[in-house]
Amino acid sequence: MRGRPNLYTEYKAEMGLFPSMSKKIAIGLLALIAILGPLAALPFLGFAGDASWLILVNKALVFAIAALGINLLTGVAGQVSLGHAFFMAVGAYTAVVLGGEAGNTVWGLGLPIWIWLPAAGVAAALIGVFVAPTAVRVRGLYLAFVTLGLVFIGLYLWRNLGKIAGGPGTGRPWPELEFALWRNMDPLVSFTSDGPLWWWLTPVNWLPWVHIEEMDGEVKTFFFLVVLVAVFAIIAKNLMRTRIGRSWAAIRDRDIAAEVMGVADAKGKTQAFGISSFYAGMGGALFASVVGRIIPESWDIFLSVEFVAIILIGGAGTIVGTFLGTFFVVLSPRIVENVTGFLATQAEDGGPFSWLGSIFVRSSADDWIGIVSYPDAAGPGLSVAQLNIVLFGVLIVVFLIAEPLGLYGIWLRARNYWKGWPFTY
Amino acid sequence: MAFVTAPLLEFENVGLSFKGVNALTDMSFTMTAGELFAVIGPNGAGKTSAFNCLNGVYKPQRGDIRWKGDSILGMRPDKVAELGIARTFQNIELFAHMTVLQNITLGRHIRTNVGWLAGAVWYGKAKREEMANREKVEEIIDLLEIEAWRSYPVGLLPYGIQKRVELGRALAMEPELLLLDEPVAGMNLEETEDMARFILDIREELGIAMILVEHDMGLVMDIADRILVLDFGQVIGEGTPLEVQNNPNVIKAYLGEELTA
Repeated sequence: MRGRPNLYTEYKAEMGLFPSMSKKIAIGLLALIAILGPLAALPFLGFAGDASWLILVNKALVFAIAALGINLLTGVAGQVSLGHAFFMAVGAYTAVVLGGEAGNTVWGLGLPIWIWLPAAGVAAALIGVFVAPTAVRVRGLYLAFVTLGLVFIGLYLWRNLGKIAGGPGTGRPWPELEFALWRNMDPLVSFTSDGPLWWWLTPVNWLPWVHIEEMDGEVKTFFFLVVLVAVFAIIAKNLMRTRIGRSWAAIRDRDIAAEVMGVADAKGKTQAFGISSFYAGMGGALFASVVGRIIPESWDIFLSVEFVAIILIGGAGTIVGTFLGTFFVVLSPRIVENVTGFLATQAEDGGPFSWLGSIFVRSSADDWIGIVSYPDAAGPGLSVAQLNIVLFGVLIVVFLIAEPLGLYGIWLRARNYWKGWPFTY
Repeated sequence: MAFVTAPLLEFENVGLSFKGVNALTDMSFTMTAGELFAVIGPNGAGKTSAFNCLNGVYKPQRGDIRWKGDSILGMRPDKVAELGIARTFQNIELFAHMTVLQNITLGRHIRTNVGWLAGAVWYGKAKREEMANREKVEEIIDLLEIEAWRSYPVGLLPYGIQKRVELGRALAMEPELLLLDEPVAGMNLEETEDMARFILDIREELGIAMILVEHDMGLVMDIADRILVLDFGQVIGEGTPLEVQNNPNVIKAYLGEELTA
């Protein structure tokens, strides 16, 4: 239907994943960037192939999987949970016991990824369903506290279960992302080692400015994770647009009315906990695997709070918002660090922003003006990491007050403004 | 073979109290399939409490509630809903962040059964069900004339439209009994007449039995088959609109008594 993009003549056209042409174009462009960017094959976006950035992007992708889970639980079903770090840890430790190498002090079965990755999700989901009966009895702030308790129980367990977690302060190595048929067999595909360009990516070399023969391990990891993330995002979207997602949203908005309409409250919440924990378990296992080695103390309340920041900054209850929030929360520390470093050099060497740098950055002990010390411990100010924590806190408060839909809400407003332009409504 | 069927719904000496307050005392009535039954009474008479007992939101301490002859006392609200008992609320209880379509489709919950696994896959069973749902929902949207509001979040809609959406959500359950808690409260004459027309349409086209709680006496007297009058949790009268209008107890409850010297 040329010229009438909002005219639908079939339900299935309107109820599709990407119902409008602009959405189809957007997702197509995104897919193109996702393939070409990491290979450094995009003009102007060559930095996307920089390994130090790609490592961060990979972390963001892993976080996105876990964040999809918490968004289903908190954003869609309305159950505020601070226990996400616990479920991620359950997934990660299931993965390492099944997939990791056995040692003198640690258990490990050395099984391949197609066992340990799904098992990580399933184990976390089972624990989620197991604790759900306690959690469905309370709501709001009380639920947040109950789930927070899980994190502390978990921290105690991980510190003391040395056979599983590898001991406080040291941790243990996680299985790598490589696909083998069975233990001790040579991996068919490795997603972590450098190697030749995959054959199905050869068309990239047809672009005149590109010539690639080798690809880094980070790039392979990226492709592996991008596919997983896409699958999980579509599953989350499918859940949201079918019977179960509607019942979750109904429980979130009016739980008593939902029950009178035939939605079994406890069942719905239990399902939400189970599925959300599945996502958390997968995310936790992949996170540990991508990082390589994790100490038991990592699965703490700050990890959970990071996920609360993701859904509040990104936009609760939306898939796009999950991604916006995840990338914002994971990438912004690096951006803040770069900007601070830039301002510090400006202040020192003189430049158009030297005035800002000298106000903002404290570069030595006798520099009395500035909020942030750069390099760290150059003065009594905040470190860059502390500045990041402060920024997240401020952003959570600002978004809660000014834009409850988060970055997604800002995007909606910008879009509607340009849709209506030059009219204001 | 005798056609002895149990009545659709029976309240038998239902009593509900909160601590010392008796919300309902010995409430009894029966209604048959397809009937339009009205419950009236002054504020605080126990009308909404009776609905909540029937829905399973409250559990009455005394008496029995029977649906087609079987007791439904102590059943969970969602199980009661599955029997085919739908309801609208006095203070609109829509799902504010969901669109009109999603709200009405939620009413299909008891008539559908796609689980999380099929839902996650989408293709196949879930997609078929969603398409079938959509057709049913569109029928209801057409019946209630809310086509223009279809994709709006209900929180943004005017009050009268929200009331209609709530009615639509209840209809989507394909109920056998529909509880209407003050469907025209706060509405102007035109909106009231629209709602009355919808109620009569539902009755004629869909044949659903209804219990109507309402303060708009004009509406109740015009459309109800039978009326039950409550005051302070007690039944003070029952009968056709004409009988109720001439019932001295009812007149006393509503208009008070003349002072006699």
